[in-house]
Amino acid sequence: MDAIILQILNGLDKGSAYALIALGLTLIFGTLGVVNFAHGALFMIGAFCAVTLNKLLNLSVETVDPTRTDFLGNPLKVKTPYVETWFGPEFGHAIIDWSVPLAILFSIPIMIAIGFIMERGLIKHFYRRPHADQILVTFGLAIVLQELIKHYYGANPIQTPAPGAFRGSFDFGAMLGFDPNTIIYPYWRMIYFAFAAVIIGGVFAFLQFTTFGMVVRAGMADRETVGLLGINIDKRFTIMFGLAAAVAGLAGVMYAPINSPNYHMGMDFLVLSFVVVVVGGMGSLPGAVAAGFLLGILESFASMNEIKSILPGIDQIIIYVAAIIILLTRPRGLLGRKGVMED
Amino acid sequence: MTNKLTRRGLLKTGAVGGAGLALPTIFTTGAHAFTNEPSGGTVTLGFNVPQSGPYADEGADELRAYMLAVEHLNGEGDGGMLNTFSSKVLEGNGILGKKVEYVTGDTQTKSDAARASAKSMIEKDGAIMITGGSSSGVAVAVQSLCQEAGVIFMAGLTHSNDTTGKDKKANGFRHFFNAYMSGAALAPVLAKTYGTDRKAYHLTADYTWGWTQEESIVAATEALGWETVQTVKTPLSATDFSSYITPVLQTDADVLILNHYGGNMVNSLTNAVQFGLREKVVNGKNFEIVVPLFSRLMARGAGENVKGILGSTNWHWSLQDEGSQAFVKSFGTKYGFPPSQAAHTCYVQTLLYADAVARAGSFNPCAVGEALEGFEFDGMGNGPTLYRAEDHQCFKDVLVVRGKENPTSEFDLLEVVEVTPVGQVTYAPDHPMFAGGALGSCNPGA
Repeated sequence: MDAIILQILNGLDKGSAYALIALGLTLIFGTLGVVNFAHGALFMIGAFCAVTLNKLLNLSVETVDPTRTDFLGNPLKVKTPYVETWFGPEFGHAIIDWSVPLAILFSIPIMIAIGFIMERGLIKHFYRRPHADQILVTFGLAIVLQELIKHYYGANPIQTPAPGAFRGSFDFGAMLGFDPNTIIYPYWRMIYFAFAAVIIGGVFAFLQFTTFGMVVRAGMADRETVGLLGINIDKRFTIMFGLAAAVAGLAGVMYAPINSPNYHMGMDFLVLSFVVVVVGGMGSLPGAVAAGFLLGILESFASMNEIKSILPGIDQIIIYVAAIIILLTRPRGLLGRKGVMED
Repeated sequence: MTNKLTRRGLLKTGAVGGAGLALPTIFTTGAHAFTNEPSGGTVTLGFNVPQSGPYADEGADELRAYMLAVEHLNGEGDGGMLNTFSSKVLEGNGILGKKVEYVTGDTQTKSDAARASAKSMIEKDGAIMITGGSSSGVAVAVQSLCQEAGVIFMAGLTHSNDTTGKDKKANGFRHFFNAYMSGAALAPVLAKTYGTDRKAYHLTADYTWGWTQEESIVAATEALGWETVQTVKTPLSATDFSSYITPVLQTDADVLILNHYGGNMVNSLTNAVQFGLREKVVNGKNFEIVVPLFSRLMARGAGENVKGILGSTNWHWSLQDEGSQAFVKSFGTKYGFPPSQAAHTCYVQTLLYADAVARAGSFNPCAVGEALEGFEFDGMGNGPTLYRAEDHQCFKDVLVVRGKENPTSEFDLLEVVEVTPVGQVTYAPDHPMFAGGALGSCNPGA
C-alpha cells in the first residue's frame, strides 16, 4: 500500500509538470490555432530565469586572502556576494537561499515579454499557414533558444537549490498512520504539486470568471463571430500567448530545484506534453490537465519493479500505449471538442 | 573516310583505357605506404570531441587540452608534461620534425555523428590520428572506423570494459581507466568505510558503459561480502529518477549505487538526496550512496549533494606529483582554471602518440602501434604506467575520491581518499569481463 501511495505521489508530481506545459500548449492551440513546438523551450527558459537570478544574487566582490592559495599557488581570491555586503551576511545569505521563490516574480515579466516577442515577431506570420509549417518554424525556434542557452550557460546541469527550509523530506506515511519512514517525500515536490494546482486553478478562474476570459473562450469557440461583434480578438489572443508563456516559465522556475536545469530539458518534456495534449483532446484545457495527471501517474506505476518484472521496458512506452488505447476508443481524446483539427 | 569498329580495335582501346584508368591507383598505392602519410612539413591530428550535446563542456575541456598539447609538441609554452615525461625523444620541434596541425570534429555524443566527423577528418583533412570522445558508445564506434580506415585511435574519456574488451581493435589505444578498475579500487574502500555486511541496490544507465560498470561493481563488492539486493536499469534519456528511487525505500537495501554518468548522475543523485536517503537508517546502519565514476565537471551540477559521496576517478588536479603539477600549471595559467580528468587523459594521449611516432621513427600506424604496445612510462600524473600489448589498455594507479565537505573553491569538489596501486586493479587479458573480442592485426590502410 505504501508503495502505491508513493507512486501516486510521484505521478502527481510528474503530472504537475506535464499538466502545466500541456495547459500552455492548449491555450495557444485553442486561441491561435498554432501548434507551438517552442513551448518546451519556454519551460526551459523559465528554469534558466531561476538560474540567472541565482547567479545575479551571487555576483561577488573579490578580495585577496594572502593567508590562503589557489590551485596555482597564487594568493586566493575570496568572493563575497554583493547582497551579503549590502544587507549583511545573514540577510544577504537568506536572499540568495530564497532565489528560486524570488525568481517567480523575476520570471513573470520576462516570460510575458518573451511570449509577446515570439508571437508578434514570428508566430503571427504563420497563422494562416499549414500546421506542418508552424511545427517546423517553432521547432526551429526551440533549437535556436536552447543553443543560445547552451552558449551562455554551458551544457552541464546547473544546480539551483530550493530554500534550505524545503530541501529535506518529510514522513508523509506517519501523517497517514503508516509505519514511520515508509512513505518519505521531498517537501519541494509537494510544494510543486500545490503550486501547479494554484496556477491551473488561477488560469481556469481567469478564463471562467473574468470578462476578458469570457471573450477569449468565445473566440476559441467561434473566432469569426466574436470578430464581427467588433471585439479585437487578435489582441486578446496575443495576451493569451504571453500568459501561456508565463505559465510554462513558472513551471520551469519551480522545477529547477527538482532536477538541475540544463539546456535540453524543454525537449525532454515537449514530446510527452504533446501526447498529453492529444490524449486530453486538442483544444480542451480540462482535458490537458486531466491527461497530464493521468499519464504522470501511469508512468510512475509502470516504473515499479513489480510491473517491470512482468512487462520489461513498459516504463518507456506506457504513455504511448495509453495514448493509443485512449485514441482508439475516444478519437478526439478524453475531453476533445468536435471540429478541432478535423477539417 | 570510314570509321569501322572492329573487335581488335575495341580490345586495344579497352586495354589502353583500362591501363590509363589504373595508372593513378597504381601510383597512389606505391606512393603511400599507409593512410594519410604526411608528405610536407606538417602533420595533421584529428580531435573528435563533443562540441554540442550533453557532454559539450567535457568536450570543450578536452579540446583545450589538445590545443595545449599541440603547443607543447611544437615547442611553444612551458612544455608542460614534456618536462616530466620519462621518455625524452620529443624535442619540441613537432613530430619527427613536422609541425603539428589539427582539425576538430563534433561527436555530438552520438555514434553515427562521431563516425561521420572522424571519417571526414581522415578523408578530407588527411588526419593521421584520431583522438577524443566522452562516451564509450562513441569510442567503440570511432575505434572500429579507425581500424577500417587504417589510422590510430587514441581514445579519450571512455570507461566501459568493452572498449579494450570485446570491442578492442589493433589500431585503438586507451589511457583512461575502466569499470573493472573502478570496482577493484573502490570496493576495498567501501568495505573499510561502510563495513562488509551491506546490502546494495543498483540503478544503472541502460547502455554498454552502465552494464559493464554494474557487473564490475557487483562482482567487486560481493567478493568482499556485500549482498546485491536488486539491479535496475534506467533509460539513458531519463531525467526524473523519483520513480526509480522510491522503490529503494521499500527494500532493505542500505546502500544505493548509482551507475550513472553526466546529467543522469546529477539528476539521480539529486533525487536520491531529495528523498532523504542519506538521512535514512536501515538495518541499524546509515544509508549510503556511492557514485563509482566521478567527474568534477559533472559533480558541479550536483552541488552540495556530492559531499561525502565515494567514487573513483582517473586523475585529479590536486595530485602532487611532478607531472600533474606541471600539467595543472600549464593548463591553469593558459585557461584560468584547473583541468578535468577528461582534459588530462586527452593531453596525455596526444603526447603518448607523438612519442610513439618519434620512437618508431615513422607515422605508419603499425609501427606506432608496435611502439605503444608494452610501453612503460612515468611522469604523466598516474605513476608508473604500462600500455599493455595484449589489449591496448593502460595500467596505472586509480584514485578513490570523496565529495569534499568544505570546498575552498568552485573547483575544489573532490578529495583524494586513496591512491589504489596498479597491482590491485590489474587483471588478466583473458578475464571473463573482457572476453569475446580480439585485437586482430594492425591496419595501415592505403
